[in-house]
Formats: sequence, structure tokens, C-alpha cells
Amino acid sequence: MKIHIKNGRLIDPRNQIDAQCDAFIADKRIAAIGVPPEGFVADQVIDASGLIVIPGLVDAAARLREPGYEYKATLESEMAAAVAGGVTSLACPPDTDPPLDEPGLVEMLKHRARSLSLCRVFPVGALTRGLEGCELTEMAELTDAGCKAFSQADAPLTDTRVLLRAMQYAATFGYSVWLRPQDSFIAKDGVAHDGEVATRLGLPSIPVVAETIALSTMLHLARETGARLHVCRLSSAAGVELVRAAKREGLALTCDVSMNHIHLSEMDIGFFNANCRLSPPLRSLRDRAALRAGLLDGTIDIICSNHSPVDEDAKQLPFAEAEAGATGMELLLPLVLKWAEQDGMPLLEAMKLVTVNPAQLLGQKVGYLSVGAHADICIFDPEATWVVEPAALKSQGKNSPFLGYEVRGRVRYTLVEGQVAYQA
Amino acid sequence: MNNPQLNKKGELQHLLSTEGLPASIIRNILDRATSFVATAEGDEIKRVPLLHGKSVFNIFFENSTRTRTTFEIAAKRLAADVVNLNIGSSSTSKGETLLDTVDNLCAMHADMFVVRHAQSGAAHLIAQHVAPEVHVVNAGDGRHAHPTQALLDMFTIRHYKKEFHNLRVAIVGDILHSRVARSQIHALTTLGVPEVRVIAPKTLLPSMVEKLGVRVYHDMQEGLRDVDVVMMLRLQNERMQGALLPSAQEYFKYYGLTQEKLALAKEDAIVMHPGPMNRGVEIDSSVADGSNSVILPQVTFGIAVRMAVMSMLAGAK
Repeated sequence: MKIHIKNGRLIDPRNQIDAQCDAFIADKRIAAIGVPPEGFVADQVIDASGLIVIPGLVDAAARLREPGYEYKATLESEMAAAVAGGVTSLACPPDTDPPLDEPGLVEMLKHRARSLSLCRVFPVGALTRGLEGCELTEMAELTDAGCKAFSQADAPLTDTRVLLRAMQYAATFGYSVWLRPQDSFIAKDGVAHDGEVATRLGLPSIPVVAETIALSTMLHLARETGARLHVCRLSSAAGVELVRAAKREGLALTCDVSMNHIHLSEMDIGFFNANCRLSPPLRSLRDRAALRAGLLDGTIDIICSNHSPVDEDAKQLPFAEAEAGATGMELLLPLVLKWAEQDGMPLLEAMKLVTVNPAQLLGQKVGYLSVGAHADICIFDPEATWVVEPAALKSQGKNSPFLGYEVRGRVRYTLVEGQVAYQA
Repeated sequence: MNNPQLNKKGELQHLLSTEGLPASIIRNILDRATSFVATAEGDEIKRVPLLHGKSVFNIFFENSTRTRTTFEIAAKRLAADVVNLNIGSSSTSKGETLLDTVDNLCAMHADMFVVRHAQSGAAHLIAQHVAPEVHVVNAGDGRHAHPTQALLDMFTIRHYKKEFHNLRVAIVGDILHSRVARSQIHALTTLGVPEVRVIAPKTLLPSMVEKLGVRVYHDMQEGLRDVDVVMMLRLQNERMQGALLPSAQEYFKYYGLTQEKLALAKEDAIVMHPGPMNRGVEIDSSVADGSNSVILPQVTFGIAVRMAVMSMLAGAK
């Protein structure tokens, strides 16, 4: 299958290209950019006039809910959502049921994902058995089975000795450890940022120190062990400052933020809107501004969707009882575009945060459009607007804090491995 | 953001919180309650049949004797049909969700729900869910709000102090976990009380509480100086767990209301308590039963205020 994508504006952050130029695909790979290879005869021509052609998005955190939570979502529904959102590679956290702590489970997941041949799925293995924070998983075996990193997802790891050893062990093999900083004692029972809104609504709260204490611990252990640390879902100004200082000192770490947290704050909870029940909690406007500043100065490397589909019943509950999470993959591109426009970030720079940076974190040769690279491509209309509503979403999870919002940026084609996986 | 308790004409559709309630509506409720006080205090129970033919469902997901009883009496004096459901925590273990329960009761033609629930926001959730002709009264949701308690407190203050604009009011105790305190603060500031104080140790104060428009005191003696109204809060025994307080004895010594501490307030200060009281924990018996105490009148006024709220919601003139 040979495809000619013509007349589009091609943006490839890794190769620093932002220009009107054509792309040529042959044998699942990029055959040429700009000028067709000799003798190229396209089987399909995609007219990308007025559209933008970018590497397929790489989402550093998307829960597919399999195995164990098929009532919330399935691989079929969520991988369809991925390609509808222009996501061609995703990392899925290990908090399934059972958690991804055994090679067999990871192989099964990879096999299921491959058979659907939609997007690439990179499992993140459990750092501890059952995510219980007590015993190490077989990280080397899990890596052989296909895990690209190790994480506790949102499960607590309270025993710092276990964390020290997990990081030492991971560092032995050069594995990357992804941790979300939250002290589980201080955060216990909390459902909202410890601030004005939680005080007004009488919601049990999570103070910022829950993040900074855990983050400080992680940074100390990363220095001590030399483990490759990736900090997940930063939420506070103080957290951004700690990461900034650690990077300045030369510590090799990366960090991400969810798209929800760069657009929303505790104020969006309004009168107990359960769609704004997220983990970590939405924090103050000041924290949101600091997260955005962290994106601008490179402290934060990645924006992820933190896609966490939740079934309808689990949200039709009083705020504190509602399950945390929101669907997200189909909103990742529009919300990154919105942020880039608001903060004056050139698209070439903004797209790094959802392509080449997360691809590097995963150590995968995706997220760019060099000749010979995988032909994973997203083609979108930057002007098309659409309204976020349940019927517009492919994901089985219909809950989003952005329901009712009009967003700009609509995916027209998603190509994975040189095949059209989605078209609208 | 739309105020979920007012309809498009700005009339009271639900009573969910005192926050965002216009002062005019609060005054209306208090005025209307005044007309019921005689009825409520009378030796013979007079019935004002404003809710005749209406069904009021008291659904209590959390145990309560006093609040449920006063709502029941109030509804009966308005000639409503009253159904009491003490659901406790067992219904969720049977698998029925809060909204399933509400749907079932709506199918029984409920006109009004009086709801108490352990989670903040439960009453809002129900109010969003029910048909437009159904009214919801929040009888306490988690730590969030207990508006009828605050309104009866405002009624009591007005009864004894006449005006609000010249008062100094202190709220003492577990502000962090108290829905009563939150509702009192909003009602007091809305009615123009110039100085609302909260007195508590730091472990019992929510963060940024001063954003609600109050002055924070950790020293009770200082906080009580020259106040006109002292509003005590109940201290739950479980606060001794979770490292919030060391002991009931120490709490009483520093934050319990005694005659000596009350002497720092104005001579004619009134002492209030939403009940049920823990004598010897937050309040000394001699104060609870003393001449400054208006704790029992609060209960009586509570019936009139709840009659006022329910009749206003039902649109009765």
C-alpha cells in the first residue's frame, strides 16, 4: 500500500519541519518527505489541503481498562477512541484487575491489542506485586514480555525501603520508573484540593504537601539510586518548582501533566460536578498557571490525556463517592492546540509534548516523520470545531469535565503502520 | 454559574445551602416563620393546611432524631402527608444507589424530599435529578450545609437581638467537619453581620477559612471578648481518633464554654448550640442551662422555620 499525502502543512518537531510539503508512504514506512521517491505510484492519495500533518500522537497515560474492568471500557472501544483522537501509540498504566504484574498478563494484553491492529500499545508494568507496595515484580521478565517502564499507577507505595529497592533494582537494568507523587497518609480520604473550594463545599481535601513530600522522597531516591525517574501527573506550583530545581541541579528526570490540569482548576467543581473528580485533584488557579509556566520553560516534558474511562453509574454519586477519572484521548489534540494558542506556543514546539517527548520516554522509534520511520500519522483540521458530548466520543467512557465545551481541531485521518486506521 | 436552588424567576426551588441565598429570601423565610411561631408554640397544635394533599418524604441516610422529628412536626402542622424513611447505610450495601432510591420515591408521587446524607453534595445531586415540580430540602449533607439549622439560628438571633448589622458573633468548635458552621457563616455574612469569628485549634479549621469572610481565633478567651452571640458546635467523639485532638478533657479546658469564659462576652450575649450537646466536652452544664442559653428556644423556632421553608417551596402564599 502506497499513500501520497499531498498539499498538507507538515509539522515534525523532531526534524524541525513546519512547512507545506507532501509525505509519501510505502511498505508501512515513510518513504519520502517533500519529493516523491523515484517511480512512486500511489495506491491512495490523501488530499490534506487546509489540514495539518503531524506524527501520530503518543499518549503517556491511557487506561484501556482491560483486563478486569470491561464494564468501564474495552480494548476495542478505547483503541477506537485512540485513533479517533489521532493517538497512534499509548502507554497503559498497570492498574488493571489483576494488575500488570505477570508476564502472561502483559503478553495477553499485547496479543489482544495486536489482533485489533489499531494503535500501538505499550504496557507499563507494575513496580510491586499486585501494586501492593510490598514485593518487587519480575521486572526483567516483564520487560521481555513487553513492558516499557514500571509504575505504581495511583496505588500507594508507603514503605520507602521498598521504594528504594524497587528503584535500585530498576536502575540495575536501566528501566524507567514512573511514579505519581502523593503521600497516601496525608491524602487519605481526600477528594479535592485543600483550598477555598473544598472548604466551601465541605469536601475532604488533599493538601499540596501530599505531592511535595512524596516528590521530595522520589527525588532523593533517584539521586541515591541513579534510577530513571519519570514524575507522573504533576499538579501543583510547589511540585513544578521541585522538579525545576532538580533538573537545574542536573538530575536526569522527566515529568508529565494531564491535559485536564492545564485547563481546569478547583473552581470548575462548581456545585459538586463529579466529572471534575480527578486524581490528582484539580488545584488552584495559581497552580494551574505554574503548570503552564512549567510547560513553557521545559520543566514539564509531556502532556498526557490521563484517559480513565469511568462507567456512568460510578459518576452518578455524591462527589466524594464518585469514581475519579475522565475520558480523554479524543480530547488530547484539541486541548493541546487550545493551550498552545492561549500561551502563544508555536505548534512545532507544542507538538513535541505529545509526540517525540513521550516517544523518547518510552524509548520507542515513533513520534517523528523521518524517512524510514513508522508511518504513524495524524492528519487534522485545525479550524474545524466540534462540541464535546457523549455521542461525539468513541470511548466507552462518556464522562469528561469538558462536556458541552466547543473545541477546535478535528482529526480527519489517522494512519498506523501505513494503514488508514481512522477517517472522518 | 446558575444558582441551583433558585428557579428562573429567582424564587426558591430547593433549599440546599445558605450560600448564594439572597438576603431577601432569607428575610422572607424568617418573616414567614414569625407568623408560625404562635402556631408552633401553642399549647394545642394548630394546623395551617398550606401543604394539604402534598407528600413530604423525609429520607435520612444518616441517623438523626431531632432534625427528622422537627421536620416531621413541621410538615404535619402544614397538613402534609409525611413519610419517614430511615435508610441508614444499609441500602447502598443492598446495591441501590442514591438516585435509584429517589426515583422509586418519585414514582410514589413525592412532592418534596427532606434529605440527610453523609456525603457533601448529596442534596445537590438529588435536586439536579428530580422533576421540576419536586422540591428538595437539604437536612444536612456531609460537611457541606445544613441550611434549615442556620436559618433557625438566624431566627433565634433576630428574636433576641432584633438586628444583624451591629453584632459580633463567635462560632466555636469543630468548624472543619461542621456543615452547621458553614451554613451559619454564609447566613450571617449575607444578613450583614459585620464580624463573624471562628474559634478552634488549627486541626479543626479548614484551610483558607478566612475566605468565607470570618476572623480566625485560636485563643477562645480572645475570641469571645465582647461578642453578642456565641454559637457552639458539637464535637464528635471520633475526633479523638485521627490525631485531631489529644483528649476531650484538654479540649474542654481550652475550647469548652464555661461561665468564666462566657463572662468575657457581652453581658447579654446569647449562647446557642445546634444539639445534641456533649455536656462537659464543648459546653459546661451551668452554661447550657444558664440564663444566657437560648438552646431550647432554638428547637421550638426550628419547627416554625421549617414550616416557613416548606410552605415557601410549595409555593403557598
